[in-house]
Amino acid sequence: MSLSMTLWVLNLAQAALMVLAAPLLAGIIQKCKARLQNRRGAPILQPYRNLLKLFGKEALLAENASWIFRTTPYVLFTTTALAASVVPVFLVDLPSALIADVIAMAALLALARFWLALAGMDIGTAFGGMGASREMTFSAMAEPAMLMSMFVMSLGAHSTNLSTMVQHALHLDHLLPSVAFALAALLMVAIAENGRIPIDNPSTHLELTMIHEAMILEYSGRHLALIEWASQIKLLLFATLIISLFVPWGIAESPAIQPVLAALVFWFGKVVLLAVALAVLETGLAKIRLFQVPEYLSTAFVLAFLGMLVHYILEVGA
Amino acid sequence: MIDSALLLAISAMATCLFAALLSPCIGRFPALQRLSVSLLLAASGALAMAAGLFGLNDSEAVMTLPIGLPWLPMHLHLDALSAFFMLTIGILLLPVGIYSVGYLKEIVAKNGSIQQMGLFLPLFALGMQGVVLADDAYTFMVFWEIMSLASYFLVTFEHENEATRKAGFLYLLMAHLAGLLILGAFSVLYAAAGDFSFVAMRNAELSPGMATAAFLLAAFGFGMKAGVVPLHVWLPDAHSAAPSNVSALMSGIMLKVAIFGFMRLIWDLVGMHEFAWWWGALVLAAGSSSAITGILMALQQHDLKRLLAYSSVENVGIILIGIGMAMTFAASGHPLIAVLGMIAALYHTINHALFKGMLFMGAGAVMHATGSRDMESMGGLIHRMPATAVFVLIACISISGLPPFNGFVSEWLTFQTALLTPHLENTLLAALIPFSASMLALAGALAAACFVKLFGIVFQGQARSTAAAQAHEVDGWMKAGMAIPALFCLLLGVLPTLFIPLIESVPQMLIHASLAGSVQPENWLWLTPVSADRASYAAPMMLFGMLILAALIYWRLHGRGKRILRSAVWSCGHAPLNPRMQYTSTSYSQPLKRIFSGAYLPEVHEGTRYGVHPLVVHSVVYAVHIGDLFYRRLYLPVGRITQAIADRLAHEHERGMHAYLAYIFSTILLLLLWVVQ
Repeated sequence: MSLSMTLWVLNLAQAALMVLAAPLLAGIIQKCKARLQNRRGAPILQPYRNLLKLFGKEALLAENASWIFRTTPYVLFTTTALAASVVPVFLVDLPSALIADVIAMAALLALARFWLALAGMDIGTAFGGMGASREMTFSAMAEPAMLMSMFVMSLGAHSTNLSTMVQHALHLDHLLPSVAFALAALLMVAIAENGRIPIDNPSTHLELTMIHEAMILEYSGRHLALIEWASQIKLLLFATLIISLFVPWGIAESPAIQPVLAALVFWFGKVVLLAVALAVLETGLAKIRLFQVPEYLSTAFVLAFLGMLVHYILEVGA
Repeated sequence: MIDSALLLAISAMATCLFAALLSPCIGRFPALQRLSVSLLLAASGALAMAAGLFGLNDSEAVMTLPIGLPWLPMHLHLDALSAFFMLTIGILLLPVGIYSVGYLKEIVAKNGSIQQMGLFLPLFALGMQGVVLADDAYTFMVFWEIMSLASYFLVTFEHENEATRKAGFLYLLMAHLAGLLILGAFSVLYAAAGDFSFVAMRNAELSPGMATAAFLLAAFGFGMKAGVVPLHVWLPDAHSAAPSNVSALMSGIMLKVAIFGFMRLIWDLVGMHEFAWWWGALVLAAGSSSAITGILMALQQHDLKRLLAYSSVENVGIILIGIGMAMTFAASGHPLIAVLGMIAALYHTINHALFKGMLFMGAGAVMHATGSRDMESMGGLIHRMPATAVFVLIACISISGLPPFNGFVSEWLTFQTALLTPHLENTLLAALIPFSASMLALAGALAAACFVKLFGIVFQGQARSTAAAQAHEVDGWMKAGMAIPALFCLLLGVLPTLFIPLIESVPQMLIHASLAGSVQPENWLWLTPVSADRASYAAPMMLFGMLILAALIYWRLHGRGKRILRSAVWSCGHAPLNPRMQYTSTSYSQPLKRIFSGAYLPEVHEGTRYGVHPLVVHSVVYAVHIGDLFYRRLYLPVGRITQAIADRLAHEHERGMHAYLAYIFSTILLLLLWVVQ
């Protein structure tokens, strides 16, 4: 098997891993949260069971739902899975990173959000419109922050290709101040983009401050399963992005068996650490008021922008 | 020498002229008039497209027209820059011509005749093509004025309406102010060259002061016509007052002709060796502020066409961000990066022509079906107008800069240019460009919010009025008119690698550098603007991956899944949901109004009327109005001051005969003194 062939196979394996492991991450977070709240909690594999159950159920559609409502789960899942396939997980050198760079990855996630918001508006319920309005408003503030923090990393790496960026991060010998700013901004954005506490509560269904759940209230059966799965993939995507860009140590640079297996273990350990951190954060924090979210997001944006300025002032030419 | 491309371009103009001359002769047969004018416009568009395509590949050609003043013949010229803008004009003129066949039918039914439209629509197209082909300042200004005046008569087409007349007046005023400034810019160049021809102006030596004067005059003049903030106030009124096919042309191409004028004057005639470092910075700042202001204002509109008009302000801003970056990099000695910025700007120019033209045509279709421009009275049109909904959705995705459509490609290229900033030595510029990039990211994300609102409120949900509930799909001509740009949006989104080499002759002509030197084009799949390890984007493979994956999931799930049940929406056990319970356009943008209240300064009118007793509330009134801040804070005060000065001076007119005699005497005295000196 030629080298490029091996790389493609590993790339596909990596994409499949992201898709299949995503519910596990959700399970781990749920379990941690339950333990922190002195509950025994559902088993870690519960999200898989939920998905299976939903896939087996019949889907219910509103009478005036259009084709947009029906296609949204498929679009959402496809674009999110595609975005997840360009992020290096256990191997730096990904052929698919050439197809879509980090800007295209962000745009794929934006496309998913665009369709989801349209689905929220489709039936004409107040909740759907409310969710769409809030999601688009807040993501309009989160997206520049995310792009800015990605740009800080790509300015250092002289590339927007995720493989090259991870490679560059891997060979940084000390922590640069601009990278610290970018990391802080990306962490804040990741929490907001995935609808976690303190921005949004993923386990609420009828609350006047909900954002993401308001858009998908009308979904059921396999449609709901795809949407839930897609948002789990998105969470794992952000976790992997943060790990690969900021703490890439251990990731394999060559497609040999031993480094790849070691990288897998490293990646899994780091994801679990992030999951525990998120669970602690969600248990310790209360949701902030809806109109404090813009302040939160503009803080993230300012941090990322500061990172960029710091990069220019301190690091260019140094 | 005349080559085939210029010949095609001239026949495109001749077709327009023929349509304009023919139209009044057959005014008694509205059906024939409508058909012939529209199809001649479409033919002219096809010819212009062909001229552009040949011209981008071909060498330059010059032609002298036997008309004009005896000592001042008109020169026409087709080089890469004019060929690119001919292509932009043609690519929208063709579908708008086809669309007009169906669209004008309704206008004929309503007004009885389309005399005014039949004459001025071809003249408008003629003016735009003439501006692009002009090779001397005189020809340029003549066609520029034809374009401005013809479009004035098109804007005031529904002149029975007072708001339309006011919009038309404001437009005429601003268009002439712009014309005056442009004339000033040409005068500066004339003073240096001593001749009106562009060849002489190009070769003339300019002092830095003269170059700066020319730049500022051109920037304000063309900026006014392009709708750059804060010179944009005419644009929302004029675009929403005009008939939809005219708005499509005005927003899709006329704004681009202003961009063309700026590029012709600054990049071509003044030339990049004269650029001062702050020119690019000024254009960048204007572009960023237009992008943000435009989209923030668009988000608060509930008039469909005003929303689209403000979004044009945003897109002109994005184009200017590309041009500003190109100017900055060119002035600081990085021609290759300047080429990339210019390609991004040109790509967005043609993209905006396509999707904004399509959106205005869609708005026309919706108005045709519902009889209203107010989004608050629409809803659920996706069920009644399925084809229009698909086209508008494609335009909405494209304009939001999402893959796999064309808007993403130009935004991607702009970001890539911005990320090359470390090559700049000037720290101020090196900070300004990333700031512009972040404003572009914000504008892009807000645009997505804005177009979710447009599509969601107009096409989805339940119908908010009986007119919307009884809407009907438009005819085949109008559908075809929208389908053509939709197809181009997809093609330009998926195959940028075929299109970029074509438009690259423009920066080759203006910057004398080519990307081909820095890029090894691997094949048609990969878009690698600088080098493959720097950034790459393979739209065809991404689209392919999406389709495969979606098909796979659909096949797995749909083949074996249970059937889908339809039922009424769950309303928590209450009475069924009615259309008034939906989110409206105003409520959708309420969070943004609150977040950016500092930028909007909304005027709120609240009032409670009490009945017999202060405890009995009779009625509560709550009205919010968000006007254009620049109009209120900049234009009205200037208007008031001018009025006050005029009032003071008016007293001087009320003097008797002896005062006038004194005026005449002192004037003659002054003139004599001047002559003596």
